[in-house]
Amino acid sequence: MGKIQLTKVRKSFGEVDVIPGIDLTIENGEFVVFVGPSGCGKSTLLRLIAGLEDTTSGVIDIDGKDATNLPPAKRGLAMVFQSYALYPHMTVRKNIGFPLKMAGMDPAEQDKRVERAAKVLNLSNYLDRRPGQLSGGQRQRVAIGRAIVREPAAFLFDEPLSNLDAALRVGMRQEISELHQSLKTTMIYVTHDQVEAMTMADKIVVLNAGHIEQVGAPLELYNFPRNLFVAGFIGSPKMNLIEGAEAAKHNAHTIGIRPEHITVGDGPWEGVVGLSEHLGSDSFLKVAVEGLGTMTVRAPGEVHARHGDRIRLAPAGKIHRFDTNGLAI
Amino acid sequence: MSTHSSRLAARMMVAPSVVLLLIWMIVPLAMTLYYSFRFYRLLSPDRTNWVGFNNYLWFFNSPDFWLALFNTLALVGGVLFITVVLGTLIALLIDQPIKGQGFLRILVIAPFFVMPPVAASIWENLFMHPQNGLFAAVAQGFGAQPILFLEQYPMWSIIGIVSWEWLPFATLILLTALQSLSSEQLEAAEMDGASPFARFRYIILPHMTRAITVVILIQTIFLLGIFGEIFTTTQGGPGSASTTLPYMIFKQAIAAKDIGRAAAGGIIAVILANIVAYFLMRGLGRNLEN
Amino acid sequence: MARALSPRRLLITTVAAWTVALIIFFPVLWMILTSFKTEASAVAMPPEFLSADWTLENYTEVWSRSDYPRFFWNSVVISVGSTLLGLLIAIPAAWAMAFVPGKKTKDLLMWMLSTKMMPAVAVMIPLYLLFQQLGLIDTKIGLVIALMLMNLPIIIWMLYTYFKEIPGEILEASRMDGATLWGEIIYVLTPMALPGIASTMLLNIILAWNEAFWTIVLTTTKAAPLSAFIASFSAPQGLFYAKLSAASAMAILPILILGWFSQKQLVRGLTFGAVK
Repeated sequence: MGKIQLTKVRKSFGEVDVIPGIDLTIENGEFVVFVGPSGCGKSTLLRLIAGLEDTTSGVIDIDGKDATNLPPAKRGLAMVFQSYALYPHMTVRKNIGFPLKMAGMDPAEQDKRVERAAKVLNLSNYLDRRPGQLSGGQRQRVAIGRAIVREPAAFLFDEPLSNLDAALRVGMRQEISELHQSLKTTMIYVTHDQVEAMTMADKIVVLNAGHIEQVGAPLELYNFPRNLFVAGFIGSPKMNLIEGAEAAKHNAHTIGIRPEHITVGDGPWEGVVGLSEHLGSDSFLKVAVEGLGTMTVRAPGEVHARHGDRIRLAPAGKIHRFDTNGLAI
Repeated sequence: MSTHSSRLAARMMVAPSVVLLLIWMIVPLAMTLYYSFRFYRLLSPDRTNWVGFNNYLWFFNSPDFWLALFNTLALVGGVLFITVVLGTLIALLIDQPIKGQGFLRILVIAPFFVMPPVAASIWENLFMHPQNGLFAAVAQGFGAQPILFLEQYPMWSIIGIVSWEWLPFATLILLTALQSLSSEQLEAAEMDGASPFARFRYIILPHMTRAITVVILIQTIFLLGIFGEIFTTTQGGPGSASTTLPYMIFKQAIAAKDIGRAAAGGIIAVILANIVAYFLMRGLGRNLEN
Repeated sequence: MARALSPRRLLITTVAAWTVALIIFFPVLWMILTSFKTEASAVAMPPEFLSADWTLENYTEVWSRSDYPRFFWNSVVISVGSTLLGLLIAIPAAWAMAFVPGKKTKDLLMWMLSTKMMPAVAVMIPLYLLFQQLGLIDTKIGLVIALMLMNLPIIIWMLYTYFKEIPGEILEASRMDGATLWGEIIYVLTPMALPGIASTMLLNIILAWNEAFWTIVLTTTKAAPLSAFIASFSAPQGLFYAKLSAASAMAILPILILGWFSQKQLVRGLTFGAVK
């Protein structure tokens, strides 16, 4: 079980409200990603759930029980830290077994569980090494191993992949997703990387300045961003946002068009190519369009446009409309 | 990482140290303050009474006091100067590629492990002694009269002895700092056309500022209370020529058996230490920030 | 610096550095040499090096005429005892200041260090009287307490700087893993900080061993350590250079050897973590 419910949770450091008040329900077995720019309060929120910080006010329920004032160890949660936080003086075996030892489990049973976790994570050959002798990805797996042996009600991940290089990150991302599918345990995952959020989450919580901007499934956020912040944050490259006369044509204060929803060739907009990046599968163009400003365009395949070329563009897809308050219409 | 429970635990864990240090500091200080306003001589134990600031006035009116104050500051300043300058030079030398660096460090650090009475007696008897000392032998070898170190230059001699004791400390800390300087920085400076002196002045010295501050701070703490070296060698003499403030207080307490005056001197010494501490702590505080 | 080095330069720097090192070390060396000479040879002018009469007599004499083993034992008990007691009190305090810092933590550290700046002589009489009242004069317990308090600020400071280097996330992880406060300190913090704790311990044993003010003021005979032994030795028998040297060597050799073995950790400890 791992249903977590936050009710009016508030956190302030002295005078500063880091989290002014959040209501959120995380269902049992869900993979929830907290995403937002740095300083948005996503890590603080995770630490509040973990019990590493006190809530200033509000209630945190775990499986229907009030856990607001429980110490971290009593909440039945496991956490994977950004720096992995492995115990450098213990072997992998002892690292993974540490929570079991603290729980006073019988040593034979401890061993059995550690072996099982190591097998799942491909760590069986490394059990007697120390963290310092492992690669980044292996350390990451040890940290996960230490979390899974406890069979927690939920896993908390605090930007776990940010210390890995790009290639490893993709691999670990898939491993964590697979782990979720096999364990079916609630996972809460904090990241600033919207690609991680989109690929892994059942439910994304977009945070900004301590507020929840929107909660929803990845494609829901992509297709129906509730406001300008979410529109700009989700999707890569960023959505083009246009104000002024062009927006007024659509009866909106601001309109947004995703780069992949613009075609090159014929169309109403004319501009000069500033920058062109050719990736083979896609081409990214930055085009200075008269009256609209710089537009980012993502075209599939190869587009023969170079710096200084004049090209025409046309919208070909959904146009998102926002009012003066930045809310979607 | 702060929850109410961990903050509470933290307070309970700091408490014993704070309470013990508070007692260790406050109780003797309060007693000293009390005695400093009393007439209290061990030779006439029956006669005790309040004397106001008389004990303090005795110090301020005594020419020895000003000399002692000067000597104290001269000792601290002199030793700091010698150890930092020599320490930097020696550290620069040892940092060069040399054979047997490990064993060499062992030789250099040795004086730090020698307890003050032993250090003082080595220098007094084996080196500075006018008849049997090694320095006298050297002087005779050149056909010169032996120098009467402890009689004619008592403060310089003591500064020399104390500098010898503290030189290893300064050298090793400065060496550690020097070794942490990235060689790429120096190579970059060399590419930029910096001469060896310019590299020292603009790259090495700024890098060592922090280490030099640490050397000054820690040494000052210990140097302000220097006692054993004077006690073993000159006993503050000849006359009062090498009497420092701590030693003058000691003389009042032990030789004159005047507890009242010694206490007043103690309070003056505490105030002096606080003035020095104030400036030092500001420096150390800045170092703590980064 | 991976740079080709001319053998000539290596020779020059090596000779210069060794010369300086030998000059610094020479007084200790000379004292040790003197301790093996006969008294006549020790004061001979000009000084004798190779032609000296070598003897072990001074050591046997100092050994038989003084109660060296007792002084030695007192030194060991007092320096090790005060250091262990200090660590016991300082580890929790340093933990608290390093991992649960408050607004006042830095001021508190400063204040602790500032207690070290109070001249010992200034509070000698009250402390003597206090110790007398408590029956602690000339007892090992009394000296253990006095030296522990004297060095406590340094112990706390050193531990603080070591603990600061341990990432807080690791302690949080242990908390998530169900460790209690003591579990956290015993299983995670202490083993991780062991090198730091060791060098703190070493430095404080050396400081306590070499302490020569309180040990003289607060002891007479029973609890007197080697620093008091040597002070008493130098006063009346100052003219017996060889014996004085032998006694001095016996007083400093134990700590000299300990210090040499641990100099790497020591240097690191001494810098209060301020110099990496």
